[in-house]
Amino acid sequence: MASTMLDKIWDAHVVAQLPGDVSLLHVDRHLMHELTGVEALRNVARRNLPVHSAALTFATLDHVTSTRPLARDGDEPWSTRMIQAMRTQTTEHDIRLFDVDDGRKGIVHVIGPELGLTLPGFTVVCGDSHTCTHGAFGALAWGIGSSEVTHVLATQTVRQRRPKTMRINFHGAVSDDITAKDMILHLIGKLGAAAGTGFAVEYAGPAIRALDMEGRMTLCNLSIELGARQGMIAPDDVTFKYIEGREFAPQGAALARAIDAWRKLPSNEGAHFDHEVDIDSTAIRPTVTWGVSPEHATAIDACVPDPDRDCGLDRRDAWRGALDYMRLTPGQPINSIAIDRVFIGSCTNSRLSDLREAAKVLRGRHIAAGRQGWVVPGSLQVKRAAEREGLDRIFVDAGFEWREPGCSMCVGANGDMVAPGQRCVSTSNRNFIGRQGPGALTHLASPAIAAASAVAGYLVAPYMLQERGL
Amino acid sequence: MKPFVVCEGTAAPILQSNIDTDMIIRIERIAQLSRGELGHWAFETWRYTDNGEHNPDFILNREPFTRACILIAGANFGCGSSREMAVWALEEFGVRCVIAPSFGDIFFSNCIQNGVLPVILSEVQVQQLARQAQSGIAVRVDLQAMLVSCDQLPDMCFTLAEGARQSLLQGRDEIGQTLMYGQNIGDFQARDRQLRPWVYGLE
Repeated sequence: MASTMLDKIWDAHVVAQLPGDVSLLHVDRHLMHELTGVEALRNVARRNLPVHSAALTFATLDHVTSTRPLARDGDEPWSTRMIQAMRTQTTEHDIRLFDVDDGRKGIVHVIGPELGLTLPGFTVVCGDSHTCTHGAFGALAWGIGSSEVTHVLATQTVRQRRPKTMRINFHGAVSDDITAKDMILHLIGKLGAAAGTGFAVEYAGPAIRALDMEGRMTLCNLSIELGARQGMIAPDDVTFKYIEGREFAPQGAALARAIDAWRKLPSNEGAHFDHEVDIDSTAIRPTVTWGVSPEHATAIDACVPDPDRDCGLDRRDAWRGALDYMRLTPGQPINSIAIDRVFIGSCTNSRLSDLREAAKVLRGRHIAAGRQGWVVPGSLQVKRAAEREGLDRIFVDAGFEWREPGCSMCVGANGDMVAPGQRCVSTSNRNFIGRQGPGALTHLASPAIAAASAVAGYLVAPYMLQERGL
Repeated sequence: MKPFVVCEGTAAPILQSNIDTDMIIRIERIAQLSRGELGHWAFETWRYTDNGEHNPDFILNREPFTRACILIAGANFGCGSSREMAVWALEEFGVRCVIAPSFGDIFFSNCIQNGVLPVILSEVQVQQLARQAQSGIAVRVDLQAMLVSCDQLPDMCFTLAEGARQSLLQGRDEIGQTLMYGQNIGDFQARDRQLRPWVYGLE
């Protein structure tokens, strides 16, 4: 029978079928970070529960760590305490921690793939909603809450009901200046932030196959902003090539055997999906958000939409509120929006190809007067690779700050925040009210648009720089 | 976990769609405070003015809604971040049940883990219920009978997966339950180690 990739991975992980349609699924990789990790580890200790399979859990420090150059711990006493607690607790439970002085440290969703911890056919969970990123490898990966993290530590399993399946087909090819970020923002703008609720999404079609692994990760990363807990892409030769030689990935004959198995993962011809969506990739233009939900997305050469004209009655109040918070006027061209700062980083867009994309725009250019720019690489490996290529020089010469890896200004947990009323072009994943700091105004965009906007001082795409003589 | 059988009391309508968990509890609070200290900070962006006073325009600051045990919310409530502290903050405020047309998937699971009942009703039913609740009349949610009721409206039935329903009704500890499958987990790993050695070979 023709099966979907979800069905194949699901069926291979059922430890037991529980009453009420619930499956007990084995967890192949459990990833942890300090923000949700400390409390869960305390919980298992408090209940005297041994950690079931400590070798399958990997921890890093990303949310509250300082990103100041040469920083070691947190910027505040409380964050340093949390980091120290993470060190003590992971040691106690024999869990591997990639500490700040470990060259493998970084944002959990950057290092998982980078170290070969994330592999096709795996179940991957983490107390973080952007765990869907790992679906780019043909893994079933999703974010869980603190109670479920405790459950995984104690049992190496999760209790789950099988989600419905949705396939999103990106037909045709995108034009040269379109990135994975534009594709996924375009999609969310079209379908809405709740379209994926209850579904595991599989992205398919030629425009998806044409993406490199880092682009696929960016795309899958925003699945949760579509409402889908899991987003996945079938593994192929691009995937296998990326995996080869990674520290925790199988090598040699073992890798060949694994690849044989992974080739059987993609959904079979004729497999049934509960819902299918077709997207014309040729229609996708460079895309940014104008409001306070990732579904408030539009082409960068468009105008700020008008709630009285451009949406249904059901969204009118929400759009008005969003424009009010964002201090924007309907009909105003997007590229006339003046910005204060730019953040290049986060589990969405902080990998080497993202930094290259931004540096390409910034080479020989400088941030506009009065604007600020930060680059926060996703991991120490990314940071060092970028430095070997001289990307750090390009950023610094352009007036950017080149910082240490971490989640940083995507969520502000460590104190890296956008000031109230400041407008930030951010390569992250959420433009929620106050997400980057109380009163912060966020526009989500690709690294190329973020870089171009820093140069112009306005929300623009790279091709608009020439028009402005920049 | 506290069992959930029936909840009856004031229900506060907060009908915007896409209310995210960042809005329910801010990152600074989850990073710097512990469980038990979060209720005061639920919806802080709306609940307090810039100088920290109660914002009289926000429904949870108005009587009788300061004592709301039910929220009536818009679509996709609890979308975004997986932070379970969003549920803890609501629960500490006194909320035992949220009624909405749809929920963020992770928030929904987190509710079940904490004895908070997420009820899905249609958009129309949510609107009708919100109109009645606005006056402060009591709403009753019965998980045994799977019914939402209030004066002036016909009873509304809802569904919930049986596994989740039993967990809530019994206030069940899932870890304890799963540990009874310890043998199955061990057997699975032993078998799987042969099939997919690359999952386990991590030295």
